[in-house]
Amino acid sequence: MKAPPAGDLFALRRRPPQEKMADQGFRWMTIVLASLVGLVLAGILLTVLMGSREAMGRFGFQFLVLSDWDPVGDTYGAFTAIYGTIVSSVLALLIAVPLGVGTAIFITENLIPARIRQVLGLMVELLAAIPSVVLGLWAIFVMEPFLRPFLELLHTSLGWMPFFSTVPQGPGMAPAILILVVMVLPIITAIARDSLQQVPTELRQAAYGIGTTRWEAILQVILPAAVSGITGGVMLALGRAMGETMAVTMIIGNSNNFTLSLLAPGNTIASMLANQFGEADGFQVSALMYAALVLMLLTLVVNVLAQWIVRRLSLKYA
Amino acid sequence: MAFVPSAVVSHPTSLRFQASLPRNRWNALLTAVAAVFSAIAVLPLVLVLGYVLFKGGSLISATLLTELPPPPGLEGGGIGNAILGTIVVTLVASLIAIPVGVGGGVYLAEYSRSGWFAQFVRFGTNVLSGVPSIICGVFIYGLIVSTRLFFGQSYSAMAGGVALSVLMLPTVIKTTDEALKLVPQELRLGAMGLGASQFVTITRITLPTAFTPIATGVVLGIARAAGETAPLIFTALFSPFWPEGLFNPIATMSVLIFNFAIMPYEAQNALAWAASFVLVLMILLANLFARWVARFTRV
Repeated sequence: MKAPPAGDLFALRRRPPQEKMADQGFRWMTIVLASLVGLVLAGILLTVLMGSREAMGRFGFQFLVLSDWDPVGDTYGAFTAIYGTIVSSVLALLIAVPLGVGTAIFITENLIPARIRQVLGLMVELLAAIPSVVLGLWAIFVMEPFLRPFLELLHTSLGWMPFFSTVPQGPGMAPAILILVVMVLPIITAIARDSLQQVPTELRQAAYGIGTTRWEAILQVILPAAVSGITGGVMLALGRAMGETMAVTMIIGNSNNFTLSLLAPGNTIASMLANQFGEADGFQVSALMYAALVLMLLTLVVNVLAQWIVRRLSLKYA
Repeated sequence: MAFVPSAVVSHPTSLRFQASLPRNRWNALLTAVAAVFSAIAVLPLVLVLGYVLFKGGSLISATLLTELPPPPGLEGGGIGNAILGTIVVTLVASLIAIPVGVGGGVYLAEYSRSGWFAQFVRFGTNVLSGVPSIICGVFIYGLIVSTRLFFGQSYSAMAGGVALSVLMLPTVIKTTDEALKLVPQELRLGAMGLGASQFVTITRITLPTAFTPIATGVVLGIARAAGETAPLIFTALFSPFWPEGLFNPIATMSVLIFNFAIMPYEAQNALAWAASFVLVLMILLANLFARWVARFTRV
């Protein structure tokens, strides 16, 4: 190879055109790949919207308040499923939030040796990894038979309340709520743990420094500082609980008869879709798509709200 | 002799710890409550794992892993086709979601960290990760199954794989984005200073540096997708036969568990437990593997 003249040695090297092409091409490729996310989202919304047009035109908003779901007579109202979706997820969260936040405090706040905390944290995370269909299987064959005597006791002692007015006969709303608790616990625990760990050490030290007990510090200083993250996590868990399908479908009983009783079989939008979508044809598909649209909007609102809460409420320490 | 302040010795409100004070009693009580809550939270994991490992594990045999499921009501058979099907469908999903997700993550972290389009994509990723998995199934049903997009076939392994890839996509994008953000800026500046183009900097410097965290996230995403059922029940459907290519219905372990758990036959229920054992074992191993890999993170 000929040595370049001294003057050229430090001359600017022009990029060859193919290198520029590769550079620009790669950039454009990543832009296209990134925009696929938006495309998929728009696709989901469009598919569900187009599919539900027919049912929307025929039922309008009546669909949301009527509770008869009759594939033979071709009239559809999703009130039972919408009610079931909201009630099951809200009640599940009422149980899961104290449990999850309590667990998160227990594994972040130095109450027990670090080794045990790590093991507990790992176990909760592994719980999140168990597929929901396996939890459903366990719920059918183990949890529900075990729970039935307790639910019967609830019925005999509190049967005068409309919520416990039916005899438990296996699948029903109550076992579905409990399996939802199992499913959302890891989410709440993980997010609460992250938010607690992000509370600045100075705050803890200051609290202990003025003589608080550990729980005074937790309840009055650390939890308030972490509340935005925890609330966001709770909202995310709510969205997850609303859309949770398999475990709920397997244990909720899938009945479209509306009842207030938590011991009777019920339905959620997701379980209705899982059960009927495969065999539906004609107008029923459109009605199911409409129900899917309702579910999607519900989870969308909850998720966007969750993101907004995290951004809006988060205290800035800097 | 040490000086002892008389106030400490004589006065009841001393600086010494007194367990009988209300505030200390509350403290102990709340600690006990938190401990009980943690025990309740961990209990389901122990119970579910115990049942799956013992009830499912005791059924595992060579024939079970290699044979086809029996017709409803008959004894014997296995879940061989479902194991193979889960691998096929998850592979299809990974082959779609990993390139797309890593590409999207590279765009977010390397090309536009805070532009409006990047903000939009990040928001979209969060929204997409919140979309219920059953809706992904409905979407793919409407897009691929009912329109017979692939060679006039309706239900197919391919459709199931695409549905799972929609589910995996946000996870892969997020982990790639986060992992690349952890790469020190000096590495990029150094590469640029040596005259590397941005393409070379990303493919030769930043992506290899962030490989471990990305791999961890991807393995976790694959493990989650392998257990998903809802997007598959009306896209991949089910098949009692061995897989017949990508464009026919295919059996998967998750759908097998769902179908066989609600059947009134003991033999089918037993196969559901056995399939749960295999599925949970695969997923837990993948999780532990991902955690182990994560320990080698350099950035």
